[in-house]
Amino acid sequence: MSIALETTGLGKRYGRQWALGDCTLSLPVGRVAALVGPNGAGKTTLLHLIAGLAQPDAGHVRVFDQALVNNTEVLARVGFVAQDSPLYLDFTVADLLTMGARLNRRWDTDLARARLARVDIPLDKPTGKLSGGQRAQVALALAMAKRPDLLLLDEPVASLDPLARREFLQALMGSVAEDGTTVLLSSHIVGDLERACDYLIVLHTARVQVLGGVDELLASHKILVGLRRETADVAGTAGVAAVVKQSHAGKQTTLLVRTDGPIHDPAWTVEDVSLEDFVLAYLANSDAGTLPGPSRRGAST
Amino acid sequence: MIEFRLDAHSRVATYTQLVQQVKQAVRLGRLDPGDRLPAVREVAESLAINPNTVLKAYRELELAGVVEARAGVGTFVRAPARRLLVNQAALERELSTWVRRARAAGWEREDLVALVEETMRAAFSDNERENLA
Repeated sequence: MSIALETTGLGKRYGRQWALGDCTLSLPVGRVAALVGPNGAGKTTLLHLIAGLAQPDAGHVRVFDQALVNNTEVLARVGFVAQDSPLYLDFTVADLLTMGARLNRRWDTDLARARLARVDIPLDKPTGKLSGGQRAQVALALAMAKRPDLLLLDEPVASLDPLARREFLQALMGSVAEDGTTVLLSSHIVGDLERACDYLIVLHTARVQVLGGVDELLASHKILVGLRRETADVAGTAGVAAVVKQSHAGKQTTLLVRTDGPIHDPAWTVEDVSLEDFVLAYLANSDAGTLPGPSRRGAST
Repeated sequence: MIEFRLDAHSRVATYTQLVQQVKQAVRLGRLDPGDRLPAVREVAESLAINPNTVLKAYRELELAGVVEARAGVGTFVRAPARRLLVNQAALERELSTWVRRARAAGWEREDLVALVEETMRAAFSDNERENLA
């Protein structure tokens, strides 16, 4: 399994405040990863460091197994769409395509035109006259025209209405299927991304809290519902590795647990976890964390 | 050609929903042997889902012998129509009578689903326990 992105002990400081600290993670090629965390968790900082727009104060970034610093060759393989899809609002879409063609080594104007035609974007309109959803589509088409191997998107759907959000994700998934692009996209909401992403990075107060494939993470977590009981009694249950979240109401106790085997205890009704519940449980409990073995690899080097 | 749809509120994994829909379409004759499944890109784009999820579903269908992938051409339905389950027609009749009676008695869809799920869970967990014992 080859690695598209690897950060080791990555940190960025603004004044005396670490916006990102000791961030060690890796993202396999071909995955679509959601970078999730509350506002101020360091998501944008991390994306800027990977895009080469900011320099780290600690650690380093490797993209497709090459160091990022002053490496225009590898940066040419990285596409980045900043928050709220900033575009030159007086320029028409066609102008932006021309500009992209002049500024980039790799550029596929025909591909961008075809994709914009598919979502009915007029090329002769200034981008300032387009809707928010259309501007997001233009920003995506421009980023994909660069034929990036790694695409970074900062809060791509946050400001879009539900319909535009769906259309954006449709275009993104179509592009990813066609080009095999590895994607890292940040969001503070998970609901919409549940079906688009197959990899998850949860960032909490400047640190990586959860990292792994969505299927694997969800398979190793369960919701247990049963008669009210104290947490200390739960820890001994066969199959329960850790209690991530617990709530008690009346006579009932509900737990979200990380498992290390099947849970057969008949006292519990065992249910699957949705990605949204999973993320919220971890965000609410900053002491809990789940990181796979390999991501720890770089921590000691 | 099959058109996939997703139940947004279902706990059933997305790829499992795709697998079930193909199997069901084959079972009910909406897909015939030789029919092509939509390309991975088309499914990923129309449902706004990860292409790896579609690939996973198609791989599982291939393993189950329902479809076959022909390199560079597409994925095609292979399975001959599945045999009818024992007593299928009679059970279908009884079930639809039962559902009609419940509706006539004022049961809502959700009530029915809850009752069926609860009954199935009880039945199958007894079954599992017997198997373990």
